[in-house]
Amino acid sequence: MLKKILIANRGEIARRVIRTCKRLNIQTVAIYSEADQQALHVREADEAYCIGKPPVNQSYLKLEEIIKVAKESGAEAIHPGYGLLSENATFAKRCIEEGITFIGPSPKIITSMGSKIEARKTMKEAGVPIIEGVDLPLENEEAAIVGAKSIGYPLMLKASAGGGGIGMQLVHSEEELIKAFAGNKKRAETFFGDGTMYLERYISEPHHIEVQIIADTYGNIIPLWERECSIQRRNQKVVEEATSPFISEATREKMLQAAKDAAKHIQYTNAGTIEFLVDKDQNFYFLEMNTRLQVEHPVTEEITGLDLVEEQIRISSGLELSIKQEDVVKKGHAIEVRIYAEDPKTFFPNPGKITLLQLPEGEGIRHECAVESGSMVTPFYDPMIAKLVVWGNDRDEACKRLKQALLDYKIEGIKTNIPMLIKTISHEQFLKGYTTTKFVEEYYLPELATI
Amino acid sequence: MATVKASMAGNVWKVLVSEGEEVKAGQDVVILESMKMEIPIAAEEDGVVQKLIAQEGDFVNEDEDLLELQ
Repeated sequence: MLKKILIANRGEIARRVIRTCKRLNIQTVAIYSEADQQALHVREADEAYCIGKPPVNQSYLKLEEIIKVAKESGAEAIHPGYGLLSENATFAKRCIEEGITFIGPSPKIITSMGSKIEARKTMKEAGVPIIEGVDLPLENEEAAIVGAKSIGYPLMLKASAGGGGIGMQLVHSEEELIKAFAGNKKRAETFFGDGTMYLERYISEPHHIEVQIIADTYGNIIPLWERECSIQRRNQKVVEEATSPFISEATREKMLQAAKDAAKHIQYTNAGTIEFLVDKDQNFYFLEMNTRLQVEHPVTEEITGLDLVEEQIRISSGLELSIKQEDVVKKGHAIEVRIYAEDPKTFFPNPGKITLLQLPEGEGIRHECAVESGSMVTPFYDPMIAKLVVWGNDRDEACKRLKQALLDYKIEGIKTNIPMLIKTISHEQFLKGYTTTKFVEEYYLPELATI
Repeated sequence: MATVKASMAGNVWKVLVSEGEEVKAGQDVVILESMKMEIPIAAEEDGVVQKLIAQEGDFVNEDEDLLELQ
């Protein structure tokens, strides 16, 4: 088992990784920017090193600097968390070159899944259904117009290197496509350094459902059920649950098998997630694969009793998974909500000082929180400041617990999305399990006036 | 003389106008980036850009002046 790990991340996920390391008697090294000097992950790690100024490109993204700190502090491995450098193949490669274990899959896999176009091709080979589309890198509007004719409108214009909804747009006509093309291409170039575009058929009333995979280096691959993550705002997830209230047992079985086939085909190792779009008739299509731990991993932990960070560390230590497929049992239902420092009406970020934080306690309640009373929420990083995870014997119990916990959640000094979360999870459509990616615009936005 | 101010703290992601340019009320003149979100800042009245105060890449605090309008 690894003995000392550097966590190349911040906020709640850094604390989450440190917690598991402490339980396993693994030494931890934190890194932080000047803005995070007072952060909880800095206090909780065995050692902490400042790596630069607040903006991420001057601190948390400085991969050579981070590798240097790892070597100097004697860390044998780096856990990248999610976001930041977690899906940066160059970083993974540089770690390996320097004799440091990167807790994640190989750089080759990160690269092949990082390109959406290449990932689609690979999944097609693995026999996983993909959305009909045009994969030729589209150089210009003319190529896009020709491509669009073969699929028909409406369709999704997407950036191959994209993520987080950037460079992605739904277009209904040739005219709209022409209007949308250049702007999205430019945005993709600005954000990802790659303006390659492609087209996909538009799936109406879609559900975003993903399968968690863990795979060791001995060929053991276990799919750990699915997570329903359809409720999103600004293309970012807000509510996630395991398992999905929408799909049938037969669909579930097919999706888990498809995810397992996909992981096997690319010889995946470590924790990863295969995202699918599911249409109203329960046809499912590969969307993308995330080659890292995800924000919403706790709901899977809650229904399986596993610690996914521990499994990641085991895999990277060259050990087998702690469990076999037949030992994994699913128990109850779990829901996670992301607490964002933002205006609940406009979804605009709202940095500032948290004057009071009081977290609700009780059966089936779990917190993954990056802040405390007195914490400053700075404008440099993602607005997500905490996650609230609840477990119940069934979905109804989980919903009831979640609502009570949100009502008892005391946070003062900044605006948060808690009023929006309460509205969302108390909505009859949510309680019925009708959770498509359109939920926020269909059911939440029209009711805004009542907040 | 009117100034366009930052509605929140963040990095100046893009300056969309240049000195001497005419702008209309409601026109986006600067895009700020804060907490991984782009926030367009619009001029509140018609005018001519007199002086650019914030440069791309600068960090500005809430209510800090971004540019002057004549």
